Amino acid sequence: MAINYDTTRPIYEQIIDYILKKLASGEFSAGSKLPSQREMAKVLSVNPNTVQRAYREMEIKDLVETRRGLGTFVTESEDKIEEIRVEMAEELVENFIEEARALGFTEKEIEKMLAEKFKEFEGGNTDGA
Amino acid sequence: MELKETFKPIVKVNSVSKKYGRTIALQDAEMEFPEGELTALIGPNGSGKSTLLKILVGLTYADSGNAEVLGLEPGIQLKDKVAFLPEIDHFYKWMKIEQIIDFHRSQFSNFNYDKAVELTGEMNLKTDSKITSLSKGMRGRLKLVLTLARDVALYIMDEPLSGLDPQSKGYILEILNSEFAVGGKSVILSTHEVIESEKFYDYVIMLENGQVRLQGYADALRDEHNLSIQDLTREVFA
Repeated sequence: MAINYDTTRPIYEQIIDYILKKLASGEFSAGSKLPSQREMAKVLSVNPNTVQRAYREMEIKDLVETRRGLGTFVTESEDKIEEIRVEMAEELVENFIEEARALGFTEKEIEKMLAEKFKEFEGGNTDGA
Repeated sequence: MELKETFKPIVKVNSVSKKYGRTIALQDAEMEFPEGELTALIGPNGSGKSTLLKILVGLTYADSGNAEVLGLEPGIQLKDKVAFLPEIDHFYKWMKIEQIIDFHRSQFSNFNYDKAVELTGEMNLKTDSKITSLSKGMRGRLKLVLTLARDVALYIMDEPLSGLDPQSKGYILEILNSEFAVGGKSVILSTHEVIESEKFYDYVIMLENGQVRLQGYADALRDEHNLSIQDLTREVFA
């Protein structure tokens, strides 16, 4: 389905990651309504209680808000979403640098490789998506 | 990471022991099943799972200790409060599916006929099929239909996935998942393997030689051991 589960990690955490990615990418925009817990459980083929747990955790972190009888909504705060977006990108970059370093590449070499890759992307697909 | 849960037991098992002759089925088994969650009772064959479930629904008795189900002692008083799916096929062979549905309607006050017909379709079964024409997987699906068509607070299922083809397992897990509303119904399901079903369980209890080896919320156990429930099962029962 939409998530490739790693069953050695808590599943609700993976649901949170999945939703955060959609927030960061703008697929779920600020203030918009999230699918109901049941719908989400169906789409992700997990137990609805697990989705509930994920929503609750996100609520504690002020990423979403549950309005009684109406459902769960993404935070109205664009700043908060931007914060998540930056955090996710930083994590990606950190992992990338760590792994490239582990392979023995220097900062210069990594920069060079990045620049070359960017050129390659520009040749075809400018947004790199 | 912290996972706070408010644990409200729907079933309590207090130091239950049971022997069949000299064979020990349960020995001082002590556990609680949470309300509103889907709990897997996991254990190898002969670990005492079926005996425990039979005690909970009043089909057999504990030698010592006791169980509380929905705050009641197991027995006839639970007939309209708990739906039980037995491991054995309990159908009259000469019946058609529609006759079995009618029969169940006549036996249980809270049997939802429309729901049964709807679920029959969702399970890709036909109401005019004869029982003798059904494969094992189809009979397994029919058992689930008849169990879930009952409007009760607690569903107890003995090995509903055992020995079924992957397609039937898929149907059953999907329907269980969509029928199971958040915080609503409680399900206890016994199984000896969790490979296809692991991400559907909220809570797991591992039983071996009639005793509880491990119990807890599935995600909390994953977090604590860095293992899938499947791998954890292998480790616990090694």
